[in-house]
Amino acid sequence: MELLARRKLTNQVALTLSLAAMVFGLFWLAWILVTVLQLGIDGLSLSLFTEMTPPPGAENGGLLNAIVGSLILVGLGTLLGTPIGIMAGIYLAEYGRYTWLGRVTRFVNDLLLSAPSIVIGLFVYAVVVATTGKFSGWSGVIALALLVLPIVIRTTENMLMLVPGPLREAAFALGAPKHIVIYKVTLRAARSGVVTGVLLAVARIAGETAPLLFTALSNQFWSVDLNEPMANLPVTIFKFAMSPFEDWQRLAWAGVLLITLGVLGLNVIARVLFRAEKLH
Amino acid sequence: MNTEAIDMNSRQADTAPPIRKPVSQVGAKIFGGISMLFAVLALMLLAGIIVALTVESWPSIKAFGPGFIFSSEWNPPAERFGALIPIYGTIVSSIIALVIAVPVSFGIALFLTELSPLWLRRPLGTAVELLAAVPSIVFGMWGLLVFAPIFGEYIQPALAATLGQLPFIGTLFSGPTMGIGLLCAGIILAIMIIPYIASVMRDVFEVTPAMLKESGYGLGCTTWEVMWRIVLPYTKNGVVGGIMLGLGRALGETMAVTFVIGNTNFLSTASLFAPGNSITSALANEFAEAERGLHTSALMELGLILFVITLIVLILSKLLLLRLSANEGR
Repeated sequence: MELLARRKLTNQVALTLSLAAMVFGLFWLAWILVTVLQLGIDGLSLSLFTEMTPPPGAENGGLLNAIVGSLILVGLGTLLGTPIGIMAGIYLAEYGRYTWLGRVTRFVNDLLLSAPSIVIGLFVYAVVVATTGKFSGWSGVIALALLVLPIVIRTTENMLMLVPGPLREAAFALGAPKHIVIYKVTLRAARSGVVTGVLLAVARIAGETAPLLFTALSNQFWSVDLNEPMANLPVTIFKFAMSPFEDWQRLAWAGVLLITLGVLGLNVIARVLFRAEKLH
Repeated sequence: MNTEAIDMNSRQADTAPPIRKPVSQVGAKIFGGISMLFAVLALMLLAGIIVALTVESWPSIKAFGPGFIFSSEWNPPAERFGALIPIYGTIVSSIIALVIAVPVSFGIALFLTELSPLWLRRPLGTAVELLAAVPSIVFGMWGLLVFAPIFGEYIQPALAATLGQLPFIGTLFSGPTMGIGLLCAGIILAIMIIPYIASVMRDVFEVTPAMLKESGYGLGCTTWEVMWRIVLPYTKNGVVGGIMLGLGRALGETMAVTFVIGNTNFLSTASLFAPGNSITSALANEFAEAERGLHTSALMELGLILFVITLIVLILSKLLLLRLSANEGR
């Protein structure tokens, strides 16, 4: 009986620790979110969306150029990366599912999915910035597109794999050529999953800082010229948060709040969308 | 079918062979070709990164040779570069992160698969996954401005008074308590990678056949015994794969570390309280301002070293996870 008591005790201790681990994990999430909300809302004001980033020491100022720059970079990065990603995903699921090329690409893509984003920044620096001789918005767009690519490839492939084979066979039996089958049947059936993947990719690059440090750099002034360095939220936050000026830090908190809300919002939308479609 | 078509059909029937031409496959061929081209493009990206980084870091590789990895001197004005301190910082902060994150993630995964009431499972799982989605710059800024001051004021002195008094490992927890430093960076990294490791662990725990677990319970095992003696051995590869995935993240994480590691290239003590540098923070701080030439090249070599280390970790992780799914059918 003593053995049984000991086993029960071990069980109790282990399960309590497991509960403690769960609480520990949620504790950080709560602490971070509360801080970001509190300090971020303090920094919110109308001038955030109407004024440019201030020079050192100046009071007031906003984040307008950084917000617009981020939207442009993320938007174009997604536009550039998504079609390539979807096509490559189609190849993996519909053409090369069992070929060696498909297998190798799938493996390499999974590696790229978790590769450090700062290395992507270095790569784009070496290939684009060093060749053109200057930091530019375009190089930032390319860096972000390279981060979108593996995410979209992975989700597109996974979602197409879920489409039942008989659906394809039925379309083939009607005499449709393969590209029509993919375009009008399989891709359509997997649509919500693919859109989810794109949304998650946007959420991922919206907060990426490291690859922009050596590509888009930053810009204190208003500029929508993609051939020049471009202001963006993450790099501005990095610069302002590390500074000793309180006004800059307040702007940085407001920026962090915007990014966090945007990223979490996109994640929630992606989940809701995907679940709603699955219930049908 | 309209009448005209029938008409055509009957007219052609007595003069010529069937009118239905086979569907043109040209479009399909072109489409397939383009999709393959893009897949190959993704494949070439990996090779492209390695080639580009090697080419760019060639001057530094030629100038310092293998000694680059073992030299702790980082002196841009004198053009003397060595990677020891950033490599040390990257590895130490990642190890600290794993030491904290692995047991906690295991606890979370255990809670989510075995303990949690059903109605709580999904919200809790979602919360953990959302923690994974928070951008790293948020962790970094929070770490620098909120966590580090509290850490330096209360937690570090407490650690120094307890763990710091022990023989041998005491030196790890000694010295001035400034908040920021290797230990702080490790803790922030741990918070960041807990959700990654926890969700992989939860997913692999769920592939354990119910039959195995029920047999355990049928023999009178406690929940813990089923977990430790049945589920964990069964999913061993997947669990290790998940841990390696977290390690890959920790090694390559930039912003969260750069904010709190202290960014200094001098290191004279073994204490984890000391500020240091990691490969990623050295890149983030110096690269954009570096002189074109040996300095840039040395930083590129740091990036190359980081990429190679993470690739090895990620490949091992993938192989272990693949082995688990290969075993699934048995």
